[in-house]
Amino acid sequence: MNAERLRSMVKKEFVQMRRDPATLRLMLAVPVMQLLIFGFAIRTDVRHLPTVVFDQSRSQQSRAFVQSLTATDNFVLKRQVHSYAEALQAVDGGQARAAVVFPPDFARELKRGHTARVQVLVDASDPTASQSAIGAAQLVGQRTNVRLVAERTGALSQGLPVDVRVRPLYNPALKSAVFIVPGIIGMILSNILIVITALSIVRERETGTLEQLIVTPLARWEIMLGKIVPYVLVGYIQMTTVLLVGHLVFHVPVRGPLLALYGATFLFIVANLGLGLFISTLGRNQAQVTQTAFLFLLPNVLLSGFMFPREAMPAAARLFGLALPLTYYLQLIRGIVLKGNGLTELWPQALALAGFAVAFFAFATQRFSKTLE
Amino acid sequence: MSAAAPIAAREVVELRELVKRFGSVTAVDHVSFSIHPGEIFGILGPNGSGKTTTIRMLCGLLRPSHGTALVAGADVAVEPERVKSRIGYMSQAFGLYRDLTVDENLAFYGGVYNLGPALAERLAWAKRVMRLDELGGRLSGVLSGGQKQRLALACAMMHAPEVVFLDEPTAGVDPAARRLFWTIIRERAAEGVTMIVTTHYMDEAERFDRLAFLSRGKLVALGSPTEVKQQFGSEGSLEDIFVALQERDA
Repeated sequence: MNAERLRSMVKKEFVQMRRDPATLRLMLAVPVMQLLIFGFAIRTDVRHLPTVVFDQSRSQQSRAFVQSLTATDNFVLKRQVHSYAEALQAVDGGQARAAVVFPPDFARELKRGHTARVQVLVDASDPTASQSAIGAAQLVGQRTNVRLVAERTGALSQGLPVDVRVRPLYNPALKSAVFIVPGIIGMILSNILIVITALSIVRERETGTLEQLIVTPLARWEIMLGKIVPYVLVGYIQMTTVLLVGHLVFHVPVRGPLLALYGATFLFIVANLGLGLFISTLGRNQAQVTQTAFLFLLPNVLLSGFMFPREAMPAAARLFGLALPLTYYLQLIRGIVLKGNGLTELWPQALALAGFAVAFFAFATQRFSKTLE
Repeated sequence: MSAAAPIAAREVVELRELVKRFGSVTAVDHVSFSIHPGEIFGILGPNGSGKTTTIRMLCGLLRPSHGTALVAGADVAVEPERVKSRIGYMSQAFGLYRDLTVDENLAFYGGVYNLGPALAERLAWAKRVMRLDELGGRLSGVLSGGQKQRLALACAMMHAPEVVFLDEPTAGVDPAARRLFWTIIRERAAEGVTMIVTTHYMDEAERFDRLAFLSRGKLVALGSPTEVKQQFGSEGSLEDIFVALQERDA
């Protein structure tokens, strides 16, 4: 351990960073831009499907049913249509995403105490978008049934036998942004830091400065550590900015201890920087290294639980996700920010990140050669 | 010219049957010679003759495939890091940070070599002897070819090494800058530093105290310019001899 050598290396990296303000600005602006874009754009809580109604019953009962549907916010009544074909056409043509069809005898059958039929057509080409609409339609149907059955049997006075009340915890309004913002912090940190560090060593190789560097007494790990220290700071600034903007714009709460969050983030940043360094030792030029880095970027988005719940993945994909630091960080940051957890609950994830950090850094140092072979 | 090296002094560099193979190609083929302390030693040869490979082995940047080389008392194959701490090396391509100023590059290498409190004094010395005094705040990337070269030598000598390797230092530099650079090399040698220089400019041969001529990885001539001339019994200049050798091996 030589403090002066390490300090020189770190200082050099900082000066170089300062000399390239365009890149520095990008490193700070891109996370905020991504946050705003993703925060506003990613909506898993799809609502307000444009809906047409073919009401052959034209009764108070059918109108009441449509009203119950629109009251769920999942359906917005666009217009009435006058044939089944027209309803299908509206969905086919994309003007409507759902159609509600009442047969002529809807009200009559209800009054007689028979089963009245109503058809709800939902465009399910996008499963995420149609899911909540389908659920809402079924729920409205059930509620109507319960009410009618109770009225017929006179059982309402005694109340319902089972009353299920679901209370959404941590994100009671079920807002996507609240869930997504902490994830975005993880994804941005991971993707940006991996690429930056992967490029920084290979750039020295390409410009010829590495040859002059490795003929000095600098130890391999001093070179590696000197490369990442400045970016730990960059990572912290990025994380703080995104968290702050997320709090102000999307009202994301921070319920857990900030200290635990920053501690976990440190482990995560170092793990990604280590991975970046490791990737940089796998290629000889910037093109190769960029391609290798991309190998990690897409799985990071798709398999870490950032976009899709890991619970829904097949075993192989879940297993692959376990090899990504982001998977653990997402659990950490969501736990701390949304659920108010601390390290008491989340120490296994923190431990995993520490393991990644040490392992990647060691691999990178091991692979980095102070020769030109 | 520096004084003739005393015979008794230990050799500062010693190559014994040094070999470097890259796959099936033998870049350096059983080369042996030694270099005395304080001399200006030239490694000459056409492109592809093994000069750069030899110098990189001597600096611990490449591992010899066979044979040994002792540099400043350390074996390059066994203790490459010890060798690195005792030598200065100036690579063929400009290897300093273009986005750092002259002072920042010097301070960086000073720090890397652990100069501690001696840094300021050493930095002033380097700028003075390398004729960079006015350029401290200039970005290295915008320096002229000759200034870059002198800065590179300054960085390589911040830690006052006893031996300095310069790989093709005068390539692509204008004649005036080349002359100034040779003046600086002679000054450093006069202070006792061993200066080992590769070049493919045959007209620079007369500037060396002693030289080794490589062709296709083999040592074909060794000695002072006068000795080499005698070895080949030629009436012409060293340049003529080397051109003839080169044509013979081509």
